[in-house]
Amino acid sequence: MANIVKVGMADLNVCKSPDGITTLGLGSCVGICIRDPIAKVGGLAHAMLPDSTQIENNSNRFKFADTGIEDLVKKLIAMGGNKARFEAKIAGGAQMFAFQNKSDMVRVGERNVEASKRKLRELGIPLKAQDTGLNYGRTIVFYPETGELIIRSAGKPEKII
Amino acid sequence: MAENISFQKVTTEYYDVLKELGNIGAGNATTALAQMLQAKVDMKVPQVRLLDFKDVGEVMGGEEQMVVGIYLAVEGDITGSIMFVLEQHAARDLVSRLMGMPPSEGEFNEMEISAMKEIGNIITGAYLNSIATMTNLKILPSVPDLSVDMLNAILSVPAIEFGIVGDQILLIQTVFTDDVDLNGYFILMPDLESYSKMLGALGINI
Repeated sequence: MANIVKVGMADLNVCKSPDGITTLGLGSCVGICIRDPIAKVGGLAHAMLPDSTQIENNSNRFKFADTGIEDLVKKLIAMGGNKARFEAKIAGGAQMFAFQNKSDMVRVGERNVEASKRKLRELGIPLKAQDTGLNYGRTIVFYPETGELIIRSAGKPEKII
Repeated sequence: MAENISFQKVTTEYYDVLKELGNIGAGNATTALAQMLQAKVDMKVPQVRLLDFKDVGEVMGGEEQMVVGIYLAVEGDITGSIMFVLEQHAARDLVSRLMGMPPSEGEFNEMEISAMKEIGNIITGAYLNSIATMTNLKILPSVPDLSVDMLNAILSVPAIEFGIVGDQILLIQTVFTDDVDLNGYFILMPDLESYSKMLGALGINI
């Protein structure tokens, strides 16, 4: 039986096939999934904010898309992954409310997605698929074995990307 | 000085003050709720909870529990936002009481959504009013915005606001009982300067 590793908000973790990895109820946060299809290791980072360099209080590296991705990559390499083979999928970054008034909060979901893509590009990790934006929450499950990312939302059919 | 205080310091050292604000605010909200529903409503002592982000799903029956989030911006002497979160079935029950109709199933219709916004308006308004009275500060709430989704998806919005200044989220859990059975959470998100203004107005200098 495969286990499913759970990742909380502002957290990250890794797993080995046949296990999967999940995070529940992504809202404006973004979930970044990376795997090595040969070593069959993968991981998931649940980032809340786009850019650690824009925020003074940045000691929690998992909170940010940029440093979260860096740490996820390091962890995957440490468990036998080869960065040259890494591939990514991302989901989340919704706008849960029509207005989000504070300047830091404007389009934060969208900015989380942009920052994740920018970091992946910088590290040379191809983005295979994404399911981002819009106005609803997503629960995601990622399987490093197949690279499948399952997305469940309230009142919507399950989606696999 | 506003720029010298950290959110962590505010939350740990002035926990009791925040708790008291929460207590009185929730008390006012209880009265407003009872008047609105013409029902007997009582309140348990509010619990102030300071949670790490990864643990926010521990409240209210888990990360995927369907909840209603009512979110308002706050302006005036203090700026920030306030959110009231309640379970979807409790919201449904409240709306059916207010409108004198049996609870619906499936997605909320337009009328139910506007009734729920009104409930949110009244509850958060009562809450903010008591803070305004106590601190003698002008607090002006915006029109409410509403979203129905999984708990963690709704809470990601205030969590991100807290995430800008710290690593924890502060929730004020309020349980309404008697004729109404409701487990709700107030999340007050003043800007950092507004925290010190509020505490300063209460005679606490930081």
